[in-house]
Amino acid sequence: MLSKRIIPCLDVRSGKLTKGIKFRGNIDIGDPVTAACKYYEEGADEIVFYDITASSDGRAIMIEVVRKVAERIFIPFSVGGGIRSVEDMRQVILAGAEKISVNSEAVKNPPLITEGAKAFGSQCVVLGMDVKKTERSNQIPSGYEIVIHGGRIPTGIDALRWAKEAEQLGAGEICLNSIDADGTQEGYEIQLTKMISEAVGIPVIASGGAGKPEHLRDVLTKGSADAALIASMVHYETYTIRAIKSFLAASGVKIRTSW
Amino acid sequence: MIGIVDYKAGNLTSVARALRHLGEDCLVTDDPETLSQASRIIFPGVGAAGDAMANLRERRLDVWIRDWLKTGRPLLGICLGTQVIFEHSSENETTCLSLVSGMVKRFPENLVQEGRPLKIPHMGWNQVRFTRCHPVFQDLPEAAEFYFVHSYYPAPEEKRLILGTTEYGIEFCSVVARDNLVAVQFHPEKSGKPGLQILRNFCRWGGVDAQ
Repeated sequence: MLSKRIIPCLDVRSGKLTKGIKFRGNIDIGDPVTAACKYYEEGADEIVFYDITASSDGRAIMIEVVRKVAERIFIPFSVGGGIRSVEDMRQVILAGAEKISVNSEAVKNPPLITEGAKAFGSQCVVLGMDVKKTERSNQIPSGYEIVIHGGRIPTGIDALRWAKEAEQLGAGEICLNSIDADGTQEGYEIQLTKMISEAVGIPVIASGGAGKPEHLRDVLTKGSADAALIASMVHYETYTIRAIKSFLAASGVKIRTSW
Repeated sequence: MIGIVDYKAGNLTSVARALRHLGEDCLVTDDPETLSQASRIIFPGVGAAGDAMANLRERRLDVWIRDWLKTGRPLLGICLGTQVIFEHSSENETTCLSLVSGMVKRFPENLVQEGRPLKIPHMGWNQVRFTRCHPVFQDLPEAAEFYFVHSYYPAPEEKRLILGTTEYGIEFCSVVARDNLVAVQFHPEKSGKPGLQILRNFCRWGGVDAQ
């Protein structure tokens, strides 16, 4: 029986592990390669890197990070942030990433999903979706809207419709981030996750709001998520991945417990 | 030297990286002559069966791999590399290498587990239930899990060749073994330490299935 995946997310800025603090911007909290190795040893099922560097020289630094990570950890990992073309995807995949994720760029240029899937296979292409709750309307019947550029810009696109469309376009997985829950550590957006995960035939990774192991249990059961993304709760060593997994296993969630 | 067969089926560098991490000398190449110098061969692959077979034929690797098996030297198939050793794949109705008799089938639609529909591809970590001992799969931790990404699975005609099975709505064959051939549906190079252990065992294996 397939295990639910626990996936730490590492934000990387100019080659440094960073963490966004509300109203204070980002602070560097260490080396992404060291952190990835630690999470690999602790039993992470996969790792997500998100490159928040905007500049083009930042890109080269990120590729170097990917290359170093690929030499040290032997589980799948994905890289997102600033991927605008199949060529960008190719660089990251050749450097050793298993998957690439596209977010705002896919909204602006949906054929990018199809091109990536054709070039590398659907299993390589993860659609990152930033979603915000809104009024239900004709345009947004699900009551959840796609926002881009880190949640700053609303698009008028219905989240449920976009998830289904992305699957048709060839996305192999969806990483669903609730902008409302992100950073609160008060739990995932269960209703949103359940709605999207049960509407598509590809796996959905829940993101945003994880603060304690109970939150992961809820989103992996009630929320029908296939995987759960975590950040602060492990970056600040409030919990270890091992402790989270022990809790989940004891709660009856099918999880990988041997590594 | 370990030869990694390059037939333009996905990114093969992760297998090479895992072997180098283990201190093994390896070479990724599509040249049959160079591959023939190898002490053992890994036949990896990600992608579609149709393209894979076309690329193998174009490089005459379809003929070469049959001869390789006769030498008795070890061969490890991974994922798509495992599927194309069978006779036929229902992916694009592809005629495959027929090194092992049997078919490659697509997971049935509407698989259900615990009341929920199962998603295809089967992607993520899952267990393998081994039917017997084999030198390549020794020293694995209890309840080890392996990383899978696939929509099709092999169904060998001879049940005795099934070395391991995995549950995903149905029980399917995830490990095949015959003489100097072992083949896995999962990715040992992406399966953490248990996966590395399999690669390490393979690198030391003489090619005899001590059954």
